[in-house]
Amino acid sequence: MLKKTLSLIVTFDETVQALAAEARLTAMGLPGRLIPVPREITAGCGLSWKAPPEARAQVLAALDAAGVRWSGAALLEV
Amino acid sequence: MIYLDNAATTLQKPPQVIAAVVRAMETLGNAARGAHGSSLGAAREIYGARVKLARLFGCGDPSRVIFTQNATGALNIALFGAFSPGDHVISTDLEHNSVLRPLYALEEERGVEVSFLPADRQGRLDYDALPRLLRPNTRAVVTTHCSNLTGNLVDLTRMEAFARAHGLRLFVDASQTAGSQTIDMEAMGIDVLCFTGHKGMLGPQGTGCLLLGPDVELKPFQRGGSGVHSFDRHQPQAYPTRLEAGTLNSHGIAGLSAAVDFLEETGLAAIAAHEAALTRRFYEAVAAIPGVTVYGDFEGPHGAIVSLNIRDYDSAAVADALSETYGIATRAGGHCAPRMHQALGTEARGAVRFSFSWYTTEAEVDAAARAVAELAAED
Repeated sequence: MLKKTLSLIVTFDETVQALAAEARLTAMGLPGRLIPVPREITAGCGLSWKAPPEARAQVLAALDAAGVRWSGAALLEV
Repeated sequence: MIYLDNAATTLQKPPQVIAAVVRAMETLGNAARGAHGSSLGAAREIYGARVKLARLFGCGDPSRVIFTQNATGALNIALFGAFSPGDHVISTDLEHNSVLRPLYALEEERGVEVSFLPADRQGRLDYDALPRLLRPNTRAVVTTHCSNLTGNLVDLTRMEAFARAHGLRLFVDASQTAGSQTIDMEAMGIDVLCFTGHKGMLGPQGTGCLLLGPDVELKPFQRGGSGVHSFDRHQPQAYPTRLEAGTLNSHGIAGLSAAVDFLEETGLAAIAAHEAALTRRFYEAVAAIPGVTVYGDFEGPHGAIVSLNIRDYDSAAVADALSETYGIATRAGGHCAPRMHQALGTEARGAVRFSFSWYTTEAEVDAAARAVAELAAED
């Protein structure tokens, strides 16, 4: 259950932006879900978006297009 | 009971509002405090409500929809967050104490200067006096959208034009109009909009909103837990967290969110038309009764409020008779509107306020008018 996999982790400064990201990405049918921010990275908001690494470009482009403010995007073993 | 105290709070709520609150109380955790299902459920509920309210009120950014306890909470956050020593603010005689007392406190505690646009004996604002109130340090116009005593609507177009011409912010207290009048912040040039959730919005008590325009900056009013930036000594600067400290009322907000759905399904135009028709019907009935004095301007745009007195009776005695004899709920006294009563000349005995909602019927309005006629005709 705690086995780690390489994932895209998108972080946010504000909970409202994390929720906006979830609403947008889910509506677009993109993969991923909200998880607690892994300890390896720091972020203002305790929620981050976890998605497969190969979705990175699509996810970030979708957030930018929707005006969702994200603070960081990293590939991590989580 | 015939409930005609909707300007205080709407008693009847849409069934889906009550269901939403119950469902929220059964399922929601603490928003922004975890990533488990119940916490995320609360966060999603609150975010969804921000999006709906931003859309309903023409606020471009849902993160600038701030949840508060009520309109008073929203107004305190807005007024204390906006003004500094040496600033000057123009407000009006129509204001409720939720505006007046924060402004008086700002005067006494922070050296903020306040001027009031006067109203006449019919509660009409003297808009021509606005330029005379202007000072080099004037920062904002703070105005209600509707007097909670007379029901007179303020000409926000005129207020906005004045504010814009002189580089002032426009703060609007929409407590008596949110949910029954169309308000579009962007289109109407409103910088700061405050309202409560439990009146015309038809939501639960304990909910209120502060909506900010795109370039408005307010200092934090309260500080505390936010679920974000936990190791920062200061309140986070990003909205909405800058102005929301502590656990939000997700249960109430779920109800308010359902209320917005109801308002949009019903249509604000339909609600406004219904309330205007009831108000006009009641006004015409009572204005014709000998011994009845009706306050306010019924020639211009009007909210769903009619206030009156009967002969020289104490307003409290009339409201009590309406309640005890006829089962009609009204509001007597000062209505937290001291300057308005002073302008009307009713500060000594107050007035009896009848106020209507989407759920008020013509039969109820007619019954209330008959009761007023009977009381006025008593020997």
